[in-house]
Amino acid sequence: MSTAEGAVAEDSVSPRAGDPPVTAEVVADHGLSVDEYERIRSIMGRDPTFTELGIFSAMWSEHCGYKNSKRLLRLLPTTAPWVIQGPGENAGVIDVGDGYALAFKIESHNHPSAVEPYQGAATGVGGILRDIFTMGARPVAILDSLRFGDLDSGRTRYLFSGVVSGVGDYGNCVGIPNIGGEVAFDRGYEGNPIVNAMCLGLMKREELITASASGVGNTLMAVGARTGRDGIHGATFASEELSEDSDESSRPQVQVGDPFTEKLLLEASLELIASGVITGIQDMGAAGITSSATEMAGRAGTGVELEMTAVPTREQGMTPYEILLSESQERMLVVVEKGLEGEVTRILEKWELEAAEIGRVTSDGLFRILEDGVVVASIPALPLTEGCPTYEREGIESEEIQALRAMDLSEHLIPEGDLTKTFMLLLSSPNVASKRWIYEQYDTTVRTATAVRPGGDAGVIRIRGTKRAVAATTDCNGRFVYLEPKRGAMIAAAEAARNLVCVGAVPTAVTNNLNFGNPLKPHIYYQLREAVLGMVDACETFETPVTGGNVSLYNETDGRSIYPTPVIGMVGVIEDVATITRQAFRHEGEDIVLLGANTNELGGSEYLYVTADLVAGAPPAVDLDAERALQQAVLKMIHERLLSSAHDCSEGGLACALAESALGDGEAPHGIDVDIDDDLRPVAALFGEAQGRIVVSCAPDRTDQVLRVAALHEVPARRIGTVQGPDDDFRISVRGASISARPAEMGAAYFDSLANRMEAPPTGT
Amino acid sequence: MKAAVVTFPGSNGDYDLYKAAQQVGFDTHFVWHRERGLDAYDVVLLPGGFSYGDYLRAGAIARMSPIMEDVIRFAAAGGPVLGICNGFQTLCEAGLLPGALVRNDVLRFQGKDVRIRVERTDLPFTSTYTEGQILTIPIAHGEGNYEADPATLEELEGEGRVVFRYVDRNGEPGAAANPNGSWHNIAGVTNEAGNVLGMMPHPERAMEKLLGSDDGLALFASLVASVPALSS
Repeated sequence: MSTAEGAVAEDSVSPRAGDPPVTAEVVADHGLSVDEYERIRSIMGRDPTFTELGIFSAMWSEHCGYKNSKRLLRLLPTTAPWVIQGPGENAGVIDVGDGYALAFKIESHNHPSAVEPYQGAATGVGGILRDIFTMGARPVAILDSLRFGDLDSGRTRYLFSGVVSGVGDYGNCVGIPNIGGEVAFDRGYEGNPIVNAMCLGLMKREELITASASGVGNTLMAVGARTGRDGIHGATFASEELSEDSDESSRPQVQVGDPFTEKLLLEASLELIASGVITGIQDMGAAGITSSATEMAGRAGTGVELEMTAVPTREQGMTPYEILLSESQERMLVVVEKGLEGEVTRILEKWELEAAEIGRVTSDGLFRILEDGVVVASIPALPLTEGCPTYEREGIESEEIQALRAMDLSEHLIPEGDLTKTFMLLLSSPNVASKRWIYEQYDTTVRTATAVRPGGDAGVIRIRGTKRAVAATTDCNGRFVYLEPKRGAMIAAAEAARNLVCVGAVPTAVTNNLNFGNPLKPHIYYQLREAVLGMVDACETFETPVTGGNVSLYNETDGRSIYPTPVIGMVGVIEDVATITRQAFRHEGEDIVLLGANTNELGGSEYLYVTADLVAGAPPAVDLDAERALQQAVLKMIHERLLSSAHDCSEGGLACALAESALGDGEAPHGIDVDIDDDLRPVAALFGEAQGRIVVSCAPDRTDQVLRVAALHEVPARRIGTVQGPDDDFRISVRGASISARPAEMGAAYFDSLANRMEAPPTGT
Repeated sequence: MKAAVVTFPGSNGDYDLYKAAQQVGFDTHFVWHRERGLDAYDVVLLPGGFSYGDYLRAGAIARMSPIMEDVIRFAAAGGPVLGICNGFQTLCEAGLLPGALVRNDVLRFQGKDVRIRVERTDLPFTSTYTEGQILTIPIAHGEGNYEADPATLEELEGEGRVVFRYVDRNGEPGAAANPNGSWHNIAGVTNEAGNVLGMMPHPERAMEKLLGSDDGLALFASLVASVPALSS
């Protein structure tokens, strides 16, 4: 036996009356393989009881144990001088200057949201908030990264509107502004939506607290909501594929959220941390009491002993198995300095919450569970958290996808019909159109810190009392990753960094959410491996270490996987709020400058999806060093106050990026006069999604300086046109072809599209 | 010059209101809903949020908090009381203001900037605005649809007690400018004596250009201006 597996359980534990016997079938139902079961027996030195099996099942699920991803995740860069806390804690923490630290993390709630969109999304937000405030940080911003099937289906609209309400109602009630995110609609997500929520929290550096159960003899207390029968085995459920009947049969595994209790718990937790009476605190999230207690013991190298009858429950007659694996929301486990339990109770009472002593920290390294004094489970804690077997699977690229990537797209480069019509179609496509219908359901201004609200390239939160601000964005184009995983992941990171520099923030660190299908399938494992490798390269080049994140595998419905979607949540630092830059053109007569080069690429573009219903071709080329140079050039321009606006080119290409800058928030749209004198096919120049491009505007007397800074960084740059007045047309010409539209009509297409689609009768299923 | 920000379980705009009052020079204090006594204060502020999770009805449980007796007494003595968003809902529930705030007509939470027109400038809340001035101020609510029976509405209009109205960029109160279905585009009303104001938009979130607007600043400046007269 290896040392990691620690001491053999010494307590005498006999099967609890009423619990089912552990048979091969019960083991399989718990998602454990024969080999894994043998490993459990060797750790235990005996057969586990039903309760113990449940504990292993949860802790060794993909969700908690990362068994299929851990070996890949180890490749990611995780350190930098500004990283205070890397992976392994509730959230990553970085130094953002002036004595402040930023805790941030992203987490998925895909499976629950597929079954019950409102509660699934709401509890996703609740969980990520708790991950942040258990670090001692006050949550200051939420972002949501969402993906659904095509919006013309009734089912998609049900999922979409439920998820948006769930994200909104929870965050609005707790009072945390939503500052951005992304939404994509594509048949690649039909039946299995992606719901990732990211949270940012600020604290003074010295307020940082970690989740460890230190101090033998200290008391463990359950605080917050009572434990009920909801969400039992959610972690295991999240590690399985969905099927058509998941809807009904899985509902008991979805938790129910109570944002009012969360708000009280947030205030109580921050007060507890400030009081100094607790030595550790952790959310009872996935796998509930089990994971919080074992992980805290694992980090401290201690053991814990819990008495099940002391846990406040919502209903009578809950078994230890149910109590240990419940994922009831808004609960915390805290470790209290022995003798100071009364102080915890006093603080919790002020916030009208309960606190109960449920156990103690021990020195024997065991996770010991008592029921009325009788030991019902006793497992070495370390193997539970660290001994989960990890696998390197076989990865082979799907031939079908290879063929899609190799598809000849040249016929699509020849424009069919009126380019202005195509342009308007793209502007109103749900993937390009304004996401106002969504973010107007979110409180974006509470806490009076939101300097850039949703709808911009990145959200910005100022740090009160300083000149600083932090920026955040989430990005991933799943089509690109599907067509070529490594390049797609690089693009996700590159786009995130571009979005940050466009608001004037220095890209600083990353939290990632790996949403993939079943890793036991070689075609899926290939995607996972390649995407992580792409992320490694990009994060190393950009000096944005990954400080944590989440892995969500088995995102499949009836055997069909989602697009591989490694979402990048990237944060950046702005030293002076006076340099915050926005995407909207500001002044008539200013120059429009394109940084970066157009190409003839169309692979994986929104243009192909909208005009030919096609997801094919190679994703656009990405040159990480060129991206890095572009980021630095834009930051230099912003710091020298040369720019009036900056906006990244992504879905819908240059034409849509120019449209977004011209429309701004819709209050005062501008016309433009742009001429793209490239030897390219007009369709590619206008709608292709070549990487490494940012559209900026500046006063004409600064254009030379802008071009000089670009040249200094070896970034291609040229003036392509002029910002015009509100009564002028929006005109782009490319070698004889052109787009010409009225800003007012563009505004209607762009801003009202989502609302109109949500109100139109569904045409799909 | 002291301001009290009354905090209920679930209030989440208390911090913003505190900062806004502080910004204009008030010696500002949080008062927890179970505390008693507001005699030491010059103005009382009820923040936005979701007191008691908006369970039952927005503001319905908060109005039974012990501190509300003191708020009612403070208002009866003529002290300025401002309720924003959930605070407005609570003032209606407590009977300090007429009418009620029901679910937005669009049936969705609405979080965005709106324009409101200042209808009256002879109040402790509005003295530094000009009549007809159009303000850009954020809203963030699911239940901001102001309703009252026809007689009450007539009374409110007749007595000039509508303090703010949702308007378009030309200052016209059309349906397109109304974010929640409020009768007569009402965004804020006052009591008969003019010392209690309830409003759905958040002036405390419009205190700096950096965050989008500073059109709320004058409301707090008006409160400051009102204090010497009231407390002397």
